[in-house]
Amino acid sequence: MTALLEVSGIEKSFGGIRALNGCSLTVERGMIHGLIGPNGSGKTTLFNVLTGYENPDAGEVRLDGVVITGIGPGKVFRLGIGRTFQLTRVFIRLSVLDNMLIAAQHQHKWLRSALRSPGQGGERAKAMELLDFVGIARLAELEAGALSYGQRKLLELAYLLMADPDVLLLDEPAGGVNPTLINQLADKIKELNSAGKTILVVEHNMEFVMGICGRITVMHQGRALLTDVPAAVRSDPRVLDAYLGGAEDEGLEAEAVRTEGGSK
Amino acid sequence: MVTDFIRAVIDGVLSGSVYALMAAGLTLIFGVMEVINIAQGILVILGAYLSYVLSVHLGIDLFAGLIITIPVMFILGVGIQWGLMSRLGEREKVSMSILVTYAVAIILEGALDLIFGPSYQQLSAWYVNKSMHVLGFYLPYIYVFGFLLAVVLLGALYFILYRTEFGRSLRAAQQNRTAARLIGIDVNRVSAITFGIGVAVTAAGGMVFGATTSFNANSSADLISRLLTIIILGGMGSIGGAMGASVLMLVIEALVSTFWSPTWATLVFYAVLVVVLAIRPTGLFGQKAVRAQ
Amino acid sequence: MAILSAKAKPISKGKAAVVVAAIAVIAVFPLVFTNPAVTEIAIFALMFMATSEAWNGFAGWSGYFSLGHAVFFGVGAYTFAIIANDYKLPAGSGLFLLMPVAGVVAMVAAVLVGAVALRTKRHTFVVITIGVFFIFQLLGYNLSITAGASGLQVPTPYNWNAATFNNPFYYAAAILLGFTVGLYWIIRRSAFGLQLLAIRDDEERAKGLGVPVWRVKLSAFVISSFPVGMAGALFAFLIGQIYPNTVFNPLFDLSWALMTLVGGIGTIAGPLLGGVVLESVQQYLNLYLSNADIYLIVYGVVFLAVMFWMPRGVVPTVGDALRRRRGAGEATIAATNNGGTDSSSEGKATGSLAGVVQEGGK
Repeated sequence: MTALLEVSGIEKSFGGIRALNGCSLTVERGMIHGLIGPNGSGKTTLFNVLTGYENPDAGEVRLDGVVITGIGPGKVFRLGIGRTFQLTRVFIRLSVLDNMLIAAQHQHKWLRSALRSPGQGGERAKAMELLDFVGIARLAELEAGALSYGQRKLLELAYLLMADPDVLLLDEPAGGVNPTLINQLADKIKELNSAGKTILVVEHNMEFVMGICGRITVMHQGRALLTDVPAAVRSDPRVLDAYLGGAEDEGLEAEAVRTEGGSK
Repeated sequence: MVTDFIRAVIDGVLSGSVYALMAAGLTLIFGVMEVINIAQGILVILGAYLSYVLSVHLGIDLFAGLIITIPVMFILGVGIQWGLMSRLGEREKVSMSILVTYAVAIILEGALDLIFGPSYQQLSAWYVNKSMHVLGFYLPYIYVFGFLLAVVLLGALYFILYRTEFGRSLRAAQQNRTAARLIGIDVNRVSAITFGIGVAVTAAGGMVFGATTSFNANSSADLISRLLTIIILGGMGSIGGAMGASVLMLVIEALVSTFWSPTWATLVFYAVLVVVLAIRPTGLFGQKAVRAQ
Repeated sequence: MAILSAKAKPISKGKAAVVVAAIAVIAVFPLVFTNPAVTEIAIFALMFMATSEAWNGFAGWSGYFSLGHAVFFGVGAYTFAIIANDYKLPAGSGLFLLMPVAGVVAMVAAVLVGAVALRTKRHTFVVITIGVFFIFQLLGYNLSITAGASGLQVPTPYNWNAATFNNPFYYAAAILLGFTVGLYWIIRRSAFGLQLLAIRDDEERAKGLGVPVWRVKLSAFVISSFPVGMAGALFAFLIGQIYPNTVFNPLFDLSWALMTLVGGIGTIAGPLLGGVVLESVQQYLNLYLSNADIYLIVYGVVFLAVMFWMPRGVVPTVGDALRRRRGAGEATIAATNNGGTDSSSEGKATGSLAGVVQEGGK
């Protein structure tokens, strides 16, 4: 397999806090790659850097060999990286279907696409198909603000698929989701993966992560501690140290460990 | 030439201090509540009219009258916060707050114009018309006294913010309202008092403004747009920035007015705003100051 | 996988009937009500319906509240007066052709204003629009081309029949209104309109999905200045004399905001409803209540009352009620309360997520 997403030497500080401290990792094409680590280890900041929402102080990100650092979130999305947010971000006063159509407009030159009515050229059909895929097609005409938390997560995933991105970055897809739904979510992610999507997923639910990922990177204090197959990560003593040891806030660690059992 | 220059700078600093006081109240309210109080301009005029009534009808000295007008304006501020602002929803809060306080402003403007009429007033006292002679410059006493008053009140404001328990709560609420609420701070009470303080300074600001400038209810429009310009340039929510921007802007205005023309001085005021924002959208002193919605 | 409704929203017969009836009423109004005092009120009502629609088309849809759109009204008015005077154009119906010219000049001003103001966040934007407004008013007072406080005289067609003098103005205003509503009806159904609404809800996210937010915002801002500039020109022609403070009037933006809020912000019909009701009342009061102060006070009080008691406006409130009555069958738009939280009003929206996914996923 070849490297699709290469992160090298990313540094990012906020005031005095070093969120990322020389973070490097490689995501291979066609992989479901997990990103775990205690709270504050830099996972979400890394996501922000990967998707152009934050500019790193140093280092670079390459997608298929092309440097994508500093080009802004819109361009990153166009190049084929879609992401979800830990707290979902859907357009609450637009209908579910309109949410889907927002993400579909990037294929055309802006002026031409802006003058069309949204949903033409098979976009509407595609949107409905994807909503059906995640299982919320019958809510298409509803205002997105009326969706439950879990439904919003599904919508966010579905609208990313409108642009057919090569890479999906999922920030805690299972967080706050009904336990009975988590297995189905895992199936969806596997299905997308077998359809050719490379997926990078941040998740605290260890069972979930171990179940779907082919590789897992453990983040600790702003850098990638190790990357390996799930079984090896599970038995590596450094991982437990990362969660239990170190100088980080004890309360946060306890929380991270608690969620390990997948009790959410 | 040099004398004119120094004279303009002194003028700018002295009158800038009074604007600093009024702008500090405005930016304080924004910092804590994310409310832009468009009524601040007319409240300054109200403060001036209160001083006018006390001095003309009751013969109370302008400065002594502040003992009455400051608490009155404080209560009015608490009332606006409690009666109107606290009842606004969270959605589109900043925009809604602007419309609500704009409505308050036009109600007050209509009321003041109805009561006092459109003719211009100016507050008078012995120190308004007399000047002191320092190093070859004639300085009207009112400017000097106004400057001292502004310094004292801004000092008091700093003391409240940084040396009292209430100030700690206020600054906590300014950083993060939700977190402040979680650690047991009564954010509603803090908001009400903050609004009260932010409006109370207009009593003093209005008195000095009214003693140095002739005014009517209509003067509020010009005043509020200047104050808004100042707090944007200072970085919204930053009291230090507002003070710096006040003095800077008033000095620039005095210089333009001396060396070019008073008519264009006001225009330069806004032109500076546009130019600065074109280069630096967060304002002159703002870093994180222009917050994300 | 089942593909559900993949067709565009049809226009309901009821809506079409209302539109046709409205056009008919507007068309015959001056033939039925011939009193010039009445037609003058009607002209203002049409003009403010059009300008409120334009204000809403930017502010209501993007979430960027502008309190400086009066700038474009003033620029349009001065453009009209200056061109008419400088080229000594004959006072006659030909002058109506200057309206689009005034609109275009207003758009140029909007590009300049927007390029600066739209770089900032929403609340700073509001404040800057106020600042820009005062810059333009000051320019009006101080430039020689605008003749300062003494204002500009506009040619008046004295040879028109006194009894029907207002009618050309009335129909010009009606055409302006029709144009503006049509424009925003098209925009609302375009991808551009959708992008604008996405910016209102979550600008950063829209950007992250490839929406060119800066271009969308600036375009919407500039487009909305066009009808406002034309209205300014019409106003100048109608009134015959303009001053800096009558065309760069700070109450205009407040009026547009109020009309939009009363009717329903973000809707097509809301600003029209708010405009026709409030402007008619306002003109009527102007006529019979000569005291401007009481007028200000009443205006402010009404404004506050609307914002606190009907923050969503008449059209969405009534629309929801109708929809609810029409049937609990189809998806109901959740009633949003003033607190800003969304709650679904119907059980089906919150129905078991597991069930929903099972149904769709297999």
